[in-house]
Amino acid sequence: MILSMPDLLSAAPEMLVLVMACVVLMFEAYAVRGQADTAAAVARPRVAGYVLTLATLLAAAGLTAFTASGVTATAFSGMFVDDALADLLKLMTYFAGIAAAIYSRQYLADRALMRGEYFALLLFAVLGMMVMISASHLLTLYLGLELLSLALYAMVALRRDDAVAVEAAMKYFVLGALASGLLLYGMSMLYGLTGTLELGKMAAILAGGVDEPVVLAFGLVFVVAGLGFKLGAAPFHMWVPDIYHGAPTAVTLFIGSAPKLAAFAFVIRLLADGLQPAHGDWQQMLAVMAVLSLAVGNLAAIMQTNIKRMLAYSTIAHMGFLLLGVMTGEVNGYSAALFYVVTYVIMSLGAFGLILHLARAGFEADALDDYKGLNRRAPWLAALMAILMLSMAGLPPFVGFYAKLTVLQALVGAGWIWLAVVAVLFSLVGAYYYLRVVKRLYFDTPHSLEPVTATPGDARMLLSVNGLAVLALGLLPQPLLSLCLQAMRLTYG
Amino acid sequence: MLEGIGILSLTIWVPIVAGVLLLVLGSDDRRADGTRALALIGALLGFAVAIPLWTGFDKTTSAMQFVERTAWIPAFNIHYHLGVDGISMPFVLLNSFTTVLVVLAGWVVIREKVAQYMAAFLIQSGLLNGVFAALDGVLFYVFFEAMLIPLYLIIGVWGGPNRVYAAIKFFLYTLLGSLLMLVAVLYLYFESGGSFDILAWHRLPLSMAAQVLLFVAFFFAFAVKVPMWPVHTWLPDAHTEAPTGGSVVLAAITLKVGAYGFVRFVLPIVPDAAHELAWLMVTLSLVAIVYIGLVALVQSDMKRLIAYSSIAHMGFVTLGFFIFNPLGIEGGLVQMVSHGFVSGALFLCVGVLYDRLHSRQIADYGGVVNTMPKFAAFMMLFAMANAGLPGTSGFIGEFMVILGTVEVNFWWALAAGLTLIFGAAYTLWMYKRVIFGPVANPQVAALKDIDGREFLILALLAVCVLALGVYPLPLTEVMHASVNHLLEHVSHSKLVY
Repeated sequence: MILSMPDLLSAAPEMLVLVMACVVLMFEAYAVRGQADTAAAVARPRVAGYVLTLATLLAAAGLTAFTASGVTATAFSGMFVDDALADLLKLMTYFAGIAAAIYSRQYLADRALMRGEYFALLLFAVLGMMVMISASHLLTLYLGLELLSLALYAMVALRRDDAVAVEAAMKYFVLGALASGLLLYGMSMLYGLTGTLELGKMAAILAGGVDEPVVLAFGLVFVVAGLGFKLGAAPFHMWVPDIYHGAPTAVTLFIGSAPKLAAFAFVIRLLADGLQPAHGDWQQMLAVMAVLSLAVGNLAAIMQTNIKRMLAYSTIAHMGFLLLGVMTGEVNGYSAALFYVVTYVIMSLGAFGLILHLARAGFEADALDDYKGLNRRAPWLAALMAILMLSMAGLPPFVGFYAKLTVLQALVGAGWIWLAVVAVLFSLVGAYYYLRVVKRLYFDTPHSLEPVTATPGDARMLLSVNGLAVLALGLLPQPLLSLCLQAMRLTYG
Repeated sequence: MLEGIGILSLTIWVPIVAGVLLLVLGSDDRRADGTRALALIGALLGFAVAIPLWTGFDKTTSAMQFVERTAWIPAFNIHYHLGVDGISMPFVLLNSFTTVLVVLAGWVVIREKVAQYMAAFLIQSGLLNGVFAALDGVLFYVFFEAMLIPLYLIIGVWGGPNRVYAAIKFFLYTLLGSLLMLVAVLYLYFESGGSFDILAWHRLPLSMAAQVLLFVAFFFAFAVKVPMWPVHTWLPDAHTEAPTGGSVVLAAITLKVGAYGFVRFVLPIVPDAAHELAWLMVTLSLVAIVYIGLVALVQSDMKRLIAYSSIAHMGFVTLGFFIFNPLGIEGGLVQMVSHGFVSGALFLCVGVLYDRLHSRQIADYGGVVNTMPKFAAFMMLFAMANAGLPGTSGFIGEFMVILGTVEVNFWWALAAGLTLIFGAAYTLWMYKRVIFGPVANPQVAALKDIDGREFLILALLAVCVLALGVYPLPLTEVMHASVNHLLEHVSHSKLVY
């Protein structure tokens, strides 16, 4: 195969990120070596790594936005696709990466984790996600997934002298490898059945009917189980609370945001691109997973005393909602799920950003009781946290409400009224633990009245923008909503 | 009118903007006086912009007035669609008026986080106006649920000792109802071919099975808010633990939202199911009137007593709605307005006592008339109104509903009429124990009578109670066309098979 220029052009952002990830890695290695071991000399290249990362992501965003045409273009002999969905998801991924970098800077610096590795790994993870998002071939999909996962395993273990973090990383790695195995096994069955790894061709062959429905069903089961693991949906959710809890908060922030976009892309590419003809089969599996996730996530979150664990369980519940949207198998449902995942990432970034912001050197603000009476110590931060929590609970006028509304609307439209009722009842359970956080913020008396120590202005500003965006998008959800609808229609319409 | 912004939009957004301004400007409790003044200005402005609704109202038509309609979320055909008719307009006014009183009532008592307190009430007021004015299903839902948030904070932050339990119970109870309504709203969206227009839903033919299911969903949403027996248990807790202002808003306005939902959604959208299940609604209403009346009798806490009496009085409202005649529905609506004044006033009276003695127990008082004669006179009036004395607003609504019920079923009317006895019993007995008798303890002996601010609040309410009691015509006139239209609409079946 001969690569032509248009091929390279549609993958330009990926190449940029790849090159820059290597540069960040090398820069650290070489810039530090030649210099004296003074603190200032060590700190300089670290800041450079941070700045380079931000610049890379911004440049990639510019490239993606500039080349976005709304026309679906394939490259590398059909292994790589650049369509409206990919552009939207990639832009969101860059944004999440930028926010994660800005939020974590002070936290990392306080804990002596502010090294080139973090930013290089972050860029590699972003690259993995970009490849997943643009995959139109099982190999590309798997390649992206592994690149992302390996980067994340390393990030979780970044604080290598911390037993909890290392244990979390081991757990993540073992379970992740198992899930990858399941996925590969399922993919091999699908390959055996259809004789192709290309998702578009696979769909065409499946649409013509298959001789071995049992093999198809088995392949689907393995693939969907792998998907469930990567999404963190019940009953494949076991790793989520431990990893969220054990990883340094800066890493949790990252794991809880952008990879969800990639996982969503993964689900859509695989199920809607490749296995749409088998919709009837995977629909039921997704429905069961969705209901289980809603139940497990919401019920288990109630009992948590650690906010990172609580948010981990709430993530499981959110993924259940997302699966409900995908399950309908219609463009409306897909775009509802897309809107859901985009808003979820915005909310999750804000919530973990706030936890990072409140954490000080040597002190993690991760027990729920640390938030007692925050309103008296820092009213603005308390208000932001309340907005984020109420939005996650799905209350208007915050954007979380419209996320739930669009999914419910797609469900009712597809005739799944009972599932919609189940979903809203579990939302009620969910409201309880979010309300308990708000209760701590506003109703309880604080342990101490000392004001929250000032952290960098840029993180605080971004946090305010993030929280207000949740409110603003709730008052005027139309732009984002139509963007998601548009992207899905252009891609699958 | 400002160019391009309708009156209804102003009634919603003026208080909300004032509330947000308060949050931004008044974070320092040392300058609380300025904060209070700003809050009062916001509340007065909010009331002022609502007045044109009354003066410019066309009583001859049942159509929606002051309509505003712009696309809000075109992707789902959701509109920013506002409008009021004779049924909803009085409540926008009542709400804006109550907000002024609530701001005045919290003037001295609230010393901590004054700006947040006042802002919560102002924002709440704007959201409530939105509930009454919204004509789009999703817009209605957004206001309907968003109003829980400020009230949750009001109860939880400034409430009594058991406030956390009460606040969370209140929130989850009401959320349960509204979430089911959300599914119903989405179902109607698809049945009507992709429209969230409430007025279009009124015309939408539906099968009996669909109507019954929709009825159940709406019933949960609104019955919890009213509240009807047996889903009323959040109310005594919330009322008791809320600060005075919170109790007033709860009793005067938020309970009305539930009843309003029945006339705006249930009766016109699912009329056949409403007829079919009227027996259930009437039964629940009568249980509320009789049984809750008895429960009120044995309360030892003044706020709890008034909370239970609220449930009993709201039973009249739902009874009136489900006997399907003009007297019943109009009576129910009048009762809603009257109850807004009377129960609000009674909660304010308890607040006046509580501010001085920090107790709500009836047993802690006695002989208050000796030290607070002016206050005793006011409370006498409101107690009488609560008992339904002719000449006060409390009489009109109850009388109309009972009259309407007699036309349908004598025994129902008789049961409902029991309230005149129970109401008098629990209200006047409480009044007697608190106000009359010998001075119970040295604290009561040291009580100071109401000051100018409290006098003003109670006097305003007293005027309303008496005016509505003596001459209710202006109010019923406003409602007449809309109520007749509603009944006309409800009497036609819209079943499809």
